[in-house]
Amino acid sequence: MHDVSAFPLQIAGDPAPMVSFRKVTKSYGALTVLDELDLDVKAGEMVSIIGPSGSGKTTVLRMLMTLEEINGGVIYVDGQPLTHMQKNGTLVPASQKHLRNRRADIGMCFQHFNLFPHMTALENCMEGPVQVLGLPKKEARERSEELLEMVGMIGKKDQHPSRLSGGQQQRVAIARALAMRPKVMLFDEVTSALDPEVIGEVTNVIRKLVSEHNLTMLMVTHQMGFARDISDRICFFYGGKIEEQGPPAELFGNPKKERTQQFLSAVKEAV
Amino acid sequence: MFDWKWDFTWEILPRLVQATGNTLLAALIGYVIAVVLGLILALAQRTPYSALTLIVREMVEFIRSTPLILQIFFVFYVGPQFGVRLSPWTSGMIAIGLHYACYLSEVYRGGIESVPKGQWEAATALNMTVAQKYRRVIIPQAIPPALAGMGNYLVGIFKDTPMLSVIGVAELIHTANAIGSENYRFLEPYTMVGIIFLAISLPAAGMIRLFEGYVRRKLGL
Ligand SMILES: Nc1ncnc2c1ncn2[C@@H]1O[C@H](COP(=O)(O)OP(=O)(O)OP(=O)(O)O)[C@@H](O)[C@H]1O
Ligand SMILES: [Mg+2]
Repeated sequence: MHDVSAFPLQIAGDPAPMVSFRKVTKSYGALTVLDELDLDVKAGEMVSIIGPSGSGKTTVLRMLMTLEEINGGVIYVDGQPLTHMQKNGTLVPASQKHLRNRRADIGMCFQHFNLFPHMTALENCMEGPVQVLGLPKKEARERSEELLEMVGMIGKKDQHPSRLSGGQQQRVAIARALAMRPKVMLFDEVTSALDPEVIGEVTNVIRKLVSEHNLTMLMVTHQMGFARDISDRICFFYGGKIEEQGPPAELFGNPKKERTQQFLSAVKEAV
Repeated sequence: MFDWKWDFTWEILPRLVQATGNTLLAALIGYVIAVVLGLILALAQRTPYSALTLIVREMVEFIRSTPLILQIFFVFYVGPQFGVRLSPWTSGMIAIGLHYACYLSEVYRGGIESVPKGQWEAATALNMTVAQKYRRVIIPQAIPPALAGMGNYLVGIFKDTPMLSVIGVAELIHTANAIGSENYRFLEPYTMVGIIFLAISLPAAGMIRLFEGYVRRKLGL
């Protein structure tokens, strides 16, 4: 296992960043996908991640969701280590128990929704609160119905995913993630698998989250206009690193790095 | 050539019906063992402990590549040499249950592997434990694709119960043999046994297909 002795046991700061990647490395065999990535996200901040295919955007979210293990560095959430835990005054790789404790702060929505096909929309939303959080059914139902109402899916709450359109499924998936009351929400290209005419129904839900809730959000997207509209900060990824970052107006209006300029003009041409 | 005796047929029918009960009971008990043990064998091959995975996989391979009748003999006749003395019924149920558990574990494995990776990831994102993932998310989706295979092995186990006759379990073949040698007449008892097997297997296969459709609808798949 990689040496993490140089990393702090926790992150101080007032307030501490909600998410902090410190020299995080992820590789698959000889392929380095994240290369000593440093990234801090403040509480309540909306950060969009853009960049060419294969630059490691999805990987950032997957590491934060602890879907896979990192090969180097430490990820902190809310000041406390996520990928590691304290033992005898040093950091050691996280146990399953530690992961389960810390993961509760994070929720994720996927490109292909990944709803549970054998459950209705409502059951999908209630599953985590009932099974994982141990909420009474009644309370879980009220919470889930409120969220389905918020995403405009209350009318279809008793439908199975196979009876819902992509946009509808993605809205249910957002409600399902929110039902766990995470502090950090991750969105990985949540509109990429959707038909153009239903993209708006999902982006509107995310807009609402940004304006009405104090969630910390990390969003990978190819929709530059949408990212520009709603983000506090844009990170342009290239080769497993942040090549350039800044407020949307700056990054889109006046990109400093050549690779950023190339990427943005290539995207513009494609539209 | 054909000299079918109806009165003899009627006379032996009660014994055959009783033996049918034993055959069905043996198939049912064997199947229940196989269904439960098969799941355990399938899950054991998915633990992070590679030694356990390897041992279970080799055992499954071994049992699947040797004849059931050998396994029945082994449990019944070789067991006592190691101090394990079991009745014909117990030996038979262990052998047949274990044999079919190995086949069913492969069916389950296929079913579990057919569940998309995204389902596991969604379950992790909801912070489920491994047990919750299997129980609530993976197994319910693994069952429908496994049902056809499970049904085939139910019929298969039923048709294999005659092998238990070799160690003296009073199922259909054993009873037909006994009737035959007592009366020096084999045509009627064997024919009746064939008809009984047919009369149970055919509708069972149809019912399994109906059940499969029902489960799929029930799960909204
Ligand atoms: N399980 C894996 N095994 C091997 N390589 C992988 C694996 N997952 C991802 N990769 C590789 O890691 C690199 C980064 O992948 P990632 O999914 O993070 O890219 P991305 O920026 O999200 O791209 P896209 O815009 O196409 O979604 C790619 O080269 C990919 O092939
Ligand atoms: Mg991606």
